[in-house]
Amino acid sequence: MPRSTLLLILPLLTLAACARKPGQVVSGPEFQKSFQEALIEAKPGAVIELPEGKQDVTGTFSLTVDNVTIRGKGMDRTVLSFKNQKTGSAGLLVTSNQFTIEDVGFEDTKGDGIKINGATGVTIRRVRTEWTGGPNEKNGSYGLYPVQCKDVLIEDSVVRGAADAGFYVGQSKNIIVRRNRAEGNVAGIEIENSEYADVYQNTATQNTGGILVFNLPDLPVKGGQFTRVFDNQVVNNNQDNFAPKGNMVATVPAGTGVIVMSTNHIEVFKNTIKNNQTTNVSILSYLTTGKPLNDKGYDPFTEAIYVHDNTIAGGGDAPVGQLATALVPAFGKPLPAILYDGVVDPSKLTKGHLPDDARICVQRNGDAAFANYDAAGGAKHMDRTMAHYDCALPALTAVTIPAGGPGSAGGQ
Amino acid sequence: MHGRWGGIALLFIGLTLLAGCSKKVRVFNDDDGFPDNLSAWGLFVGKAADLKPNEGVVPYDLNTPLFSDYATKRRFIWMPPGTAAAYRPDDVFDFPVGSILSKSFSYPGKGLIETRLLVRTKNGWFGLPYVWNASQTDATLQMAADPVRVNYNNVEFDYTIPNANQCKGCHEKAKTMVPLGPKARNLNRDLAYADGRANELAHWTQIGYLKGAPAIAQVPRAAVWNDASQSLDARAMAYLDVNCAHCHNPQGPANTSGLYLTYGQADPLRLGFSKVPVSAGKASGDLFYDVVAGHPEQSILVHRMESTEPKILMPELGRSLVHKEGVALIREWIRSKGRS
Repeated sequence: MPRSTLLLILPLLTLAACARKPGQVVSGPEFQKSFQEALIEAKPGAVIELPEGKQDVTGTFSLTVDNVTIRGKGMDRTVLSFKNQKTGSAGLLVTSNQFTIEDVGFEDTKGDGIKINGATGVTIRRVRTEWTGGPNEKNGSYGLYPVQCKDVLIEDSVVRGAADAGFYVGQSKNIIVRRNRAEGNVAGIEIENSEYADVYQNTATQNTGGILVFNLPDLPVKGGQFTRVFDNQVVNNNQDNFAPKGNMVATVPAGTGVIVMSTNHIEVFKNTIKNNQTTNVSILSYLTTGKPLNDKGYDPFTEAIYVHDNTIAGGGDAPVGQLATALVPAFGKPLPAILYDGVVDPSKLTKGHLPDDARICVQRNGDAAFANYDAAGGAKHMDRTMAHYDCALPALTAVTIPAGGPGSAGGQ
Repeated sequence: MHGRWGGIALLFIGLTLLAGCSKKVRVFNDDDGFPDNLSAWGLFVGKAADLKPNEGVVPYDLNTPLFSDYATKRRFIWMPPGTAAAYRPDDVFDFPVGSILSKSFSYPGKGLIETRLLVRTKNGWFGLPYVWNASQTDATLQMAADPVRVNYNNVEFDYTIPNANQCKGCHEKAKTMVPLGPKARNLNRDLAYADGRANELAHWTQIGYLKGAPAIAQVPRAAVWNDASQSLDARAMAYLDVNCAHCHNPQGPANTSGLYLTYGQADPLRLGFSKVPVSAGKASGDLFYDVVAGHPEQSILVHRMESTEPKILMPELGRSLVHKEGVALIREWIRSKGRS
């Protein structure tokens, strides 16, 4: 090889390598490739900085490296638009531990916005996921979606337009969801089959249902319990339900504030729950949904629920859905602000009552009316006497998230 | 200065010559980095696009393969001399460090598109997508390749080359990368080798690539999905196992769904019968159950196999076209469950 040729080639190679530094994510047509390459090549501890601007992307992103931070310039300044997405489902799929994402917006993903599966240590901060066309059953299911995770912090984030749940934490443990805004989703915030969750200082508005704490059958992780819902604003959740029919949340009537279903040890307190047209607070069993139950390892009964010191006003004036409308002849309008279906585990009753530590307790919620409409007994023993439920349960302990690596949340 | 450049040039030429003369398969690992060119591995000899296996590189085939947009797939395996995979009856074999699995995807008229290597180093398995150049002389490692426009049977579509992370999307079990195809039940079949037809497991044992296999009669055998002489149940289960169960198993990426389609799954609920969808969203297509016995048209499983829309389609990765024959098989299977 002539020496001169070599001399020519070397600077060219250097030039090519300099065009984009390894791990650097660039704006424009190369955004997608440079971001995905940065995610693949990241080493633990890496911070991937996303540039300002609206980026048009066509595929899904994924991360499998532990202890990586993705950081944009702001949820409205660094925006990934998936309007033309051709492949994949979620916008971003993460399966690694100690993950942090902050200051970025995801728009119009075909499937979920950001899904984190099986991770320990998840921090989502000032992130927006939104379907920009407003409520539509063709929107993706979940905005921010940690599932089977441990130590999850979601704060100061926004989700709009999810056709299932905006904020959805499923089958997880040790969770803080705080200071977020859920708007125009079917379910605003849903804690499902999870334990030890604190949900506070969030605003849930214009969803079909504001905040849902559910425990559902047929899932590998069951036994949701120990969740505190407090200091939230749950107002005007009157959006028509736009979930596809087969979905669990398709059963949620428009105008629902807070629902607690088939889960145990839940404390709902100091929230402002207003103007939800069907009912402000529902305490239900999965059995009341009329869905089939084939899962023998599932406990459908709702126990140890403590609803206290909430500010509840308005709502119940235009109930939607079979169940709620069936109650109108008995209760008139507005429906009682706190509705309990009265379904109890017969094997736990002593002289017709649940043991003290499994009771449903409702107290100090201002003027809010209450009714047990006795769904199991065919509404024969409706009970509107709140004094029968005037009891207290021990306060649940605050969730703390252990400090770990840079991706760790660091507790409250 | 001049002396240094000259030295580098000589070294460079020397290396090139060495590579050119080498006839053996080379092993690379993640600590030192993987080569940019497929040819560096030395898996094939002669004209690159012919995929003529080098010494010790053994072709293999599966009873029921994953559907990959009707691509033609050619599979090869290589193990370091003197090493062998340990037999397992139900799971993928335990392959020795240094093992290389190679799968090449092509279409008539288009030629080779990509060759995926699965390489076992002392740190585990690594998935490496090599993309063929237009002149079909070599393939280069691209961790996040662009889609390729393909025309198959007069249908134009974007063939997606999975990026290195998406490899893990299918190949992860309990968060560890594993091969999927080379399981006893899928290799228990005959193949035409250069020296005649033989059972693949018997052949591997004979050449020293497999130890601990029982007599072939004792080895499980997955059905051939499109062999109508075999039972419908067995064919459907083999198809679901290979096309779905890499994610839909209790330790796979879709374990959150509770739908488990692994070979031998006997619980109807886990197979989706009368199981309500949990997080399917619009992918449920307004249907109420994963599978309704006797009613493929009411089964979300079929709906998602028949879709090509991102978010709805299953499998999520590696499919842009509908596998019509596969859908027909699963439809027939679900219909048959209404008669029992």
